[in-house]
Amino acid sequence: MQSPAEIDLHSGGVIGLSWLMIALPLLGAAVLMLGGRRTDRWGHLLGVLMSLGAFAVAAASFVELLGMSPAERRREVGLYEFIPGMADLGLLIDPLSISFALLITGVGSLIHIYSIGYMSHDHDRRRFFSYLNLFVAAMLLLVLSDNYLGLFVGWEGVGLASYLLIGFWQFKPSAATAAQKAFIVNRVGDFGLLIGIFTIWTTFGSLGFREIFSQDPGTASSGTMTAIGLLLLVGACGKSAQLPLQSWLLDAMEGPTPVSALIHAATMVTAGVYLVVRSGFFFEASATAQLVVTIVGVATLLAGAIIGCAKDDIKKGLAGSTMSQIGYMMLGAGLGPAGYAFAIGHLITHGFFKANMFLGAGSVMHAMNDEVDMRRYGGLFSVMKITAVTFVIGYLAIIGFPLLSGYFTKDGIIETAMHHNQILGWLAVAGAGLTGFYMSRMVFMTFFGKKRWADDAHPHESPAVMTWPLIILAIGSIGLGAFLVLGNRFMTFLAPAVGLPQELPEFHFVSTPGLATLALVAVGAAFAWFRYGAAEVPVLAPRGSFLTAFARRDLYGDALNEALLMRPGQWLTRIAVFFDNRGVDGLVNGLAAGIGGTSGRLRRVQTGYVRSYALSILFGAAAVVGALLYVGNM
Amino acid sequence: MNGGTIEAPTIEYALLAPMLIVFGAAIIGVLVEAFAPRHLRKAIHMPLTLVALLGAFLLTILQAVRDGVPTTPAAMGAVAVDGPALFIWGIILILAFVSTLLINDDEQFVAQAAAVPGSNDEEEAVRSGYAQTEVYPLLLFSVGGMLLFPAANDLLVMFVALEVLSLPLYLLCGLARRRRLLSQEASLKYFLLGAFSSAFFLYGTALIYGYAGSIDLRAISSSLGTVAGQDTLLYIGTALLGVGLLFKIGAAPFQAWKPDVYQGAPTAVTALMASTVLVAAFGAVLRVFWVALGNLDWDWRPVMWGVAILTMVVGAILAITQTEIKRMLAYSSIAHAGFLLTGVIATGAVEQNRDALSAILFYLAAYGFTTVGAFAVVTMVRDAGGEAGHLSRWAGLGKRAPVLAGIFAFFLLAFAGIPLTSGFFGKYAVFSAAVASDALPLVVVGVVSSAIAAFFYVRVIVLMFFSEPAADGPSVAVPTVGTSAVVALAAAATVVLGVFPEPVLSLADQAASALFVR
Repeated sequence: MQSPAEIDLHSGGVIGLSWLMIALPLLGAAVLMLGGRRTDRWGHLLGVLMSLGAFAVAAASFVELLGMSPAERRREVGLYEFIPGMADLGLLIDPLSISFALLITGVGSLIHIYSIGYMSHDHDRRRFFSYLNLFVAAMLLLVLSDNYLGLFVGWEGVGLASYLLIGFWQFKPSAATAAQKAFIVNRVGDFGLLIGIFTIWTTFGSLGFREIFSQDPGTASSGTMTAIGLLLLVGACGKSAQLPLQSWLLDAMEGPTPVSALIHAATMVTAGVYLVVRSGFFFEASATAQLVVTIVGVATLLAGAIIGCAKDDIKKGLAGSTMSQIGYMMLGAGLGPAGYAFAIGHLITHGFFKANMFLGAGSVMHAMNDEVDMRRYGGLFSVMKITAVTFVIGYLAIIGFPLLSGYFTKDGIIETAMHHNQILGWLAVAGAGLTGFYMSRMVFMTFFGKKRWADDAHPHESPAVMTWPLIILAIGSIGLGAFLVLGNRFMTFLAPAVGLPQELPEFHFVSTPGLATLALVAVGAAFAWFRYGAAEVPVLAPRGSFLTAFARRDLYGDALNEALLMRPGQWLTRIAVFFDNRGVDGLVNGLAAGIGGTSGRLRRVQTGYVRSYALSILFGAAAVVGALLYVGNM
Repeated sequence: MNGGTIEAPTIEYALLAPMLIVFGAAIIGVLVEAFAPRHLRKAIHMPLTLVALLGAFLLTILQAVRDGVPTTPAAMGAVAVDGPALFIWGIILILAFVSTLLINDDEQFVAQAAAVPGSNDEEEAVRSGYAQTEVYPLLLFSVGGMLLFPAANDLLVMFVALEVLSLPLYLLCGLARRRRLLSQEASLKYFLLGAFSSAFFLYGTALIYGYAGSIDLRAISSSLGTVAGQDTLLYIGTALLGVGLLFKIGAAPFQAWKPDVYQGAPTAVTALMASTVLVAAFGAVLRVFWVALGNLDWDWRPVMWGVAILTMVVGAILAITQTEIKRMLAYSSIAHAGFLLTGVIATGAVEQNRDALSAILFYLAAYGFTTVGAFAVVTMVRDAGGEAGHLSRWAGLGKRAPVLAGIFAFFLLAFAGIPLTSGFFGKYAVFSAAVASDALPLVVVGVVSSAIAAFFYVRVIVLMFFSEPAADGPSVAVPTVGTSAVVALAAAATVVLGVFPEPVLSLADQAASALFVR
């Protein structure tokens, strides 16, 4: 991979100011939180401004980076050294991190702006913006940090922000529970990541990317590399809702919709993909770890798609789709340098079209008195044209309609996977077919067909502050994929950060997997039209087959967790408590009592009489003299 | 030396200027006492003392930044103003400056020291508003001694410095305004034991002179191993010299004076003693055991191991059962002396181990500030009988005075060595230097002692924030400008040294890399 010599430690210019990207939103969050009600009137504007400021810095850094020769495009910005050589805080601005920074601040700013409208009736809007700013700061720390420690701090920071935002409407018990669930499931993943980081520290003696990646991967045994890879993958699975830690994401839709768009679709949930790609050093050294990554990716992309097929809640349907799409990214990330660019490319285009659709769903909910059941929608195209058109663009992008964003990036992943392993490739193709079905189902149920609205629903188009972000995101959903993929533009851009595959892939507009994908998508879409477009959609969900029930209940993920983890976990806790009370406490308390008793006895030596003090000095002196004589004459 | 004619000694006045300023100001202070009218004395002393200390501090900095720290001792080999000495001077002067701000509080000192406690004379003195303004020149003399002590390059000068440092302190300890008997008792105890240990020091000097034929530290160093058959003399001399020095830093088993004296002395004086004296004494310990006896380290190091372990353990364990805040801080100071001794041991391992030296220097700076701050807080928590020293009186202080209690809690955490406080880096640096010199068992004892120590620090925090306040609990006095400045400064130093230690660390490193001149 990259050699340390390529990295310039002393970065001036805009990149030297890149810490502002994190500092601005952090400042915004601090002002809004500490300022309290006093900032209610202008709090949301400050939040937007800070996010836009971060975007400006990111864009300027990006431009400056483009002005350098590819070999120079890894800039380190040292910020703070806590313990020399052990815990430094520094930023790494390279093509990979700046891509994320642009996505986070760009899409993030749009969602901030959208939220002004969406949250306008909520009297806690200021608090909402403070959390959003906190999230942006933490997420930027995660991707910009030049070491695993900073990455971990950001990782936990986004976890916190996610928890706060899922449970933003704490008065709803379901939201509070969902927030806790997300937090607890993420604990499992974070624990894996933490152990992984410990292992890296003991193996390579450093946590800095430069220090680790410049070492010879051969110094560590392949077993260690596999272990590190798998531990990092556990962390990635938790954050990115991959099997088997996927269960929290669907419940996380309890949060306000802009949160779902920003955190649980466009940015935070993709952190796992970032981690895997950034840690390519370990995965490339272990075929086993890479294989597990691809298996997890394929399993999740299918599971998410199946779940998406059965959901009537528009946001949960989109959440299943998010899981599935991240599964694609994970699959790409497990394929080595050939897949990285497609994985990250898909991540970015997905950030656009999924945020687009989530915000569209929010716009629909805004119009329908917060109704989320698609069986109560229908025929909305005519009343909210901008929302509908932009949503449909996002829809066409995600199903891989030719020449739109998703077509290029997802196809890239599928082709690379096919090249790598036929089974994985065909399963990914099957997933694309399912995507065609469930996304079409969503669009038909929401925007077309008969009106099945509730009696008090009076849908209307959302205000401009909400539609403009939709329009901008839709433009990204159309053209971004072609821009990134054609001519391997993105792959060569990322190369200084993640390396290049041996041979550069060429994009084929006509290929077996590509045609197969298109055919399956068409079949899925046609089937959806047949079931949900042409036919009457019942307002109450029919019982459906056992397969439907299986998908509706999230493939029994919760039941599985409960049986496999929660119950044994509770038993384990009880045993641990018992052992702690009887064993550990006894030992600790006994030790403490022993020390206390010693202290009480020793205290009596302090008589207060100066004569006894003098005597103790005399004895002490005699002891020192004796000891020195003994040692000296030994 | 040549017999017959006496040559005028060459004195590098410029190099010694910081010390000379302090002594000069002290003498002017005595004249003020003699000639200035009573009501004007304090108004003269206060600025005089502060300006002298500040001036000396600035001169020290000037010397440090000027090119070329001297590599040979000054004043005919009697005083060595080298890198570490300059750094130590800097710490002592700034801490003394801060302590002076604290001393400038009338509530601290007795109206007339000579009046018998409880007598009519005392009442008379209090009523006429007398103040014992000799405090200021005494302080300056003591600080002058502290400057000379770590810079002394021969054992007799060091002894003189020790006495100049100590004698004014003995007096200062007896000048508390309240609980005067306790204060006078502390003063007497400190004097008796101090004299006792000075005798050890002097005897050690004599024996080493008998061995080496010189009291010059370099000459002692170069004589090591060249004198046949006199090793016993050397060992006993080293041991006794060590006893005298270890007494001053309060290492076990010579620690008995510390709790009694810290408790009895006026708290402002305790703050001065706990910070600056410790710094000066460690400077002297380093100089003697490094410059003079560095090549003997194979012999003194095992003994020092024992002393360090005993000091850490005794300090940490005995602090647990203390019920008086100043006594608890005294035992904490003993434990910290133990931690610092691990650093001293680390310097012996590799010749001129720079890391250990810079670690100790940083530790001294960090600990000094936090200590002054902590004692400054103690002066502010008062009830009818003066300072409310008993820990039970501190219950619920967090509810009465959240800011003050918060700052005190922060100081306690710094003592415990929690990361992002200055205490963490001090400990980290000292312990990692000790590990580097193969003193791992010592570090294990140190870490365990730190854990024990954390208990009694945190206990006070729990007491302050999680206990119900006593109904007739102490009030927090409205601090004078000086006292609040001290608390603020100490808190700022504790934060800055904990979060951005780099500048001071590298300064200490620079000072240490200049090394002690031999």
